[in-house]
Amino acid sequence: MAQSTAAPTPTTQILTPLPLRAIAPWAVFVGVLMLVLLYFVGAEQGVTSLVSGEGVHEWVHDARHLLGFPCH
Amino acid sequence: MNSATVRTLLVRGMLAGLGAGVLAFVFAYFVGEGSVDAAIAFEESHAHEHGEELVSRSVQSTAGLATGVLVFGVAIGGIAALAFCFALGRVGRFGARATAALTALAGFLLVYLVPILKYPANPPAVGDPDTLAKRTSLFVLMIALSVLLGTAAVLLGRRLAPAWGNWNASITAGAAFVAVVGVAMAVLPQGDAIPRGFPAADLWEFRLASIGIQAVLWSAFGFLFGYLAERVLEPRAVRGRVATLAA
Repeated sequence: MAQSTAAPTPTTQILTPLPLRAIAPWAVFVGVLMLVLLYFVGAEQGVTSLVSGEGVHEWVHDARHLLGFPCH
Repeated sequence: MNSATVRTLLVRGMLAGLGAGVLAFVFAYFVGEGSVDAAIAFEESHAHEHGEELVSRSVQSTAGLATGVLVFGVAIGGIAALAFCFALGRVGRFGARATAALTALAGFLLVYLVPILKYPANPPAVGDPDTLAKRTSLFVLMIALSVLLGTAAVLLGRRLAPAWGNWNASITAGAAFVAVVGVAMAVLPQGDAIPRGFPAADLWEFRLASIGIQAVLWSAFGFLFGYLAERVLEPRAVRGRVATLAA
């Protein structure tokens, strides 16, 4: 079985880690932006309201329940 | 391999999350809406005063549901892509697709499945509006705990692996995670009681649908993102496979 051991398998190449310095700025800015999106789907107009009224809560009502967030 | 790669992976993660969100919405509409309607029927039959309807049920169950699930998909897609960037090449000898699948599995377990074992998803009519603040903070706390302890378990496993081997190190880290999360669940306060007379079958169906939606979302994300990420990180491997298939 010399052939199979000699053949390089491209899928087992070890990937070099991405430097943390390259990830950090994206993680901070886009990460926070994504958390804001999650807040609007999961919790806006529940305990805290950034937009007045019940519109956002009512619009995403079913998604909020089915995704597992406490809704009301 | 720099900032541009991270940006490309981030964009692809959000696209994969959007695609996964579409599938999760279809699943949610056909499997989840029945139990939401049943819960609302129960709510209304129990003389619950209602203000005027701001958004009709037919909009809530279609456009509203789609908005919520798609935005959720994009957001978790972006966050999971960032987690993937951290994990890549740091958690073991895994290629891009395997790392994406493992990231998605970890996301499903740590962000959804472990937290809902303590605070399960509740349909309308279950849960007292007066305790919403408490329930929301406990739910967020449970997610944060689960993600932190899960990350700590991965780090522990990586640290033990050289001396103990991957198998024993992974089992030990997993057991430590289960033990600490178990203690946290035992210590944290209970969620709300189910109102008297709420049909148990409807509750079970609703919670099962919720688990199904999240399972569809995370697994579709893992496979889609793995496919897209591999094309960025291992173009030679992709070309090699395509050539083999064509031959």
